[in-house]
Amino acid sequence: MSAKVVDQTNYEPKIIMFACNWCAYAGLDLAGTSRLTYPANITVVRTMCSGRIDPSFVVKALTDGADGVLIGMCNYGDCHYINGNYKAMKRFLFLQKMLDDFGIERARVRIEGISASEALKAKRVITELVEELRRLGPLKIEEE
Amino acid sequence: MKEKPKAAFYWCSTCGGCEESVVDLAEKILDVVAAIDIVFWPVALDFKLEDVESLKDKEIAVCFINGAIRTSEDVHVSKLLRQKSQLIVAYGSCSHLGGIPGLANFWNKESIFQKVYKEAPTIQDETPILPQEETEINGLTLTLPKFFNTVRRLDEVIDVDYYIPGCAPNPDLLLEAVQLILSGNLPPKGSILSPNRNMCEDCPLERKEEKIQLQSFFRPFEIIPEPGRCLLEQGIICLGPVTRVGCGALCMKVSMPCRGCYGPTDGVQDMGTKFASALASIVDIDDDQQFMKLIASIPNYSGLVYMFSLPSSYFKRKNMEAVKNE
Repeated sequence: MSAKVVDQTNYEPKIIMFACNWCAYAGLDLAGTSRLTYPANITVVRTMCSGRIDPSFVVKALTDGADGVLIGMCNYGDCHYINGNYKAMKRFLFLQKMLDDFGIERARVRIEGISASEALKAKRVITELVEELRRLGPLKIEEE
Repeated sequence: MKEKPKAAFYWCSTCGGCEESVVDLAEKILDVVAAIDIVFWPVALDFKLEDVESLKDKEIAVCFINGAIRTSEDVHVSKLLRQKSQLIVAYGSCSHLGGIPGLANFWNKESIFQKVYKEAPTIQDETPILPQEETEINGLTLTLPKFFNTVRRLDEVIDVDYYIPGCAPNPDLLLEAVQLILSGNLPPKGSILSPNRNMCEDCPLERKEEKIQLQSFFRPFEIIPEPGRCLLEQGIICLGPVTRVGCGALCMKVSMPCRGCYGPTDGVQDMGTKFASALASIVDIDDDQQFMKLIASIPNYSGLVYMFSLPSSYFKRKNMEAVKNE
């Protein structure tokens, strides 16, 4: 495989965001109604709870063409289902360990607590991740 | 007399345990031989590749191939057998999921050759010799098969009709498969010829607590497990929750944890991430720092959960390029 040549002008990172219904998704909704602008690189998948987000969803997204994945959960103590976000965080920590083993940069997958009122934080996190992915370049999965 | 259906056995990159499991049929192998004619079985019978080449297309009724795809020879013979056989059965974990040889996907050809032929201690103090695909000796050319960078499953190279999982497969599964094929009452193509149920359903060990709440993990040699009690509940990592039945829970019967050789149940492709999901929810530590310490206490988590299934995981192999760039 040839060395990574990042075309900064044409490369647009693709990001899949898994957002829980009660906090992160509502936070994004608030960003929309507040007319905040954030990069259009994200595609949001809504789940009822971040505890539903299996590490296999994230890995499947990455192998199917996403350059990065963002998991939006409630802040600790805020979970609508009491402890779903704690589970999401534990799964994420396992996933980070696995990403290391597979030679995928940790920075491509990020987890953040975004409450329903944190539209500005949603904007900031998405912008930061897009910038980070621009720096890292497209995700290439070695096949052979 | 009516001609008996022809069968063939072949090994790709494998340890030979699958061949052993065929022999493990014991006296039942006589029933198998009475019903079918074995035309190719490199490990046990003296047939050559030319014998297979001389057969007509689709002349072999069923061919059992075990072992992962590691070299160009594996690909060549698999393709030849596909051409000559009506049915191909991927036999054993290696051809079904990639198996133990598939763990080599955490490295690549370069790093494996480096370790094996250059760094490994040797009694010969000479410059290391790397295997070459072609060598000239006395005007003759000797050849070796090409060694691939990545270990693949059998179905990534040829079309596979059925799968018999296990490392090594339970001989009863082979007998059932042979009977099924002889009866002509075939299941849908691509079926795994082992029940689609979860290991915990068949496991003889019992859970004592309502909810598993772990504070620490143990390796099997670190504690003496309580007999008859769920191993996961005692902190020994057991892959039963993501594994398919068929083996008869042999490991758990002797208090050894399941390592997932039968692969996942239908609908799950990647065992490791599913198991991470399951394992995370039974750990009773809410502090992230402490949880990270707990994860770090597992030596080689990915090697453990993908022990038999790395080439069938989503990533299939380690991204060597990304590591270089860091």
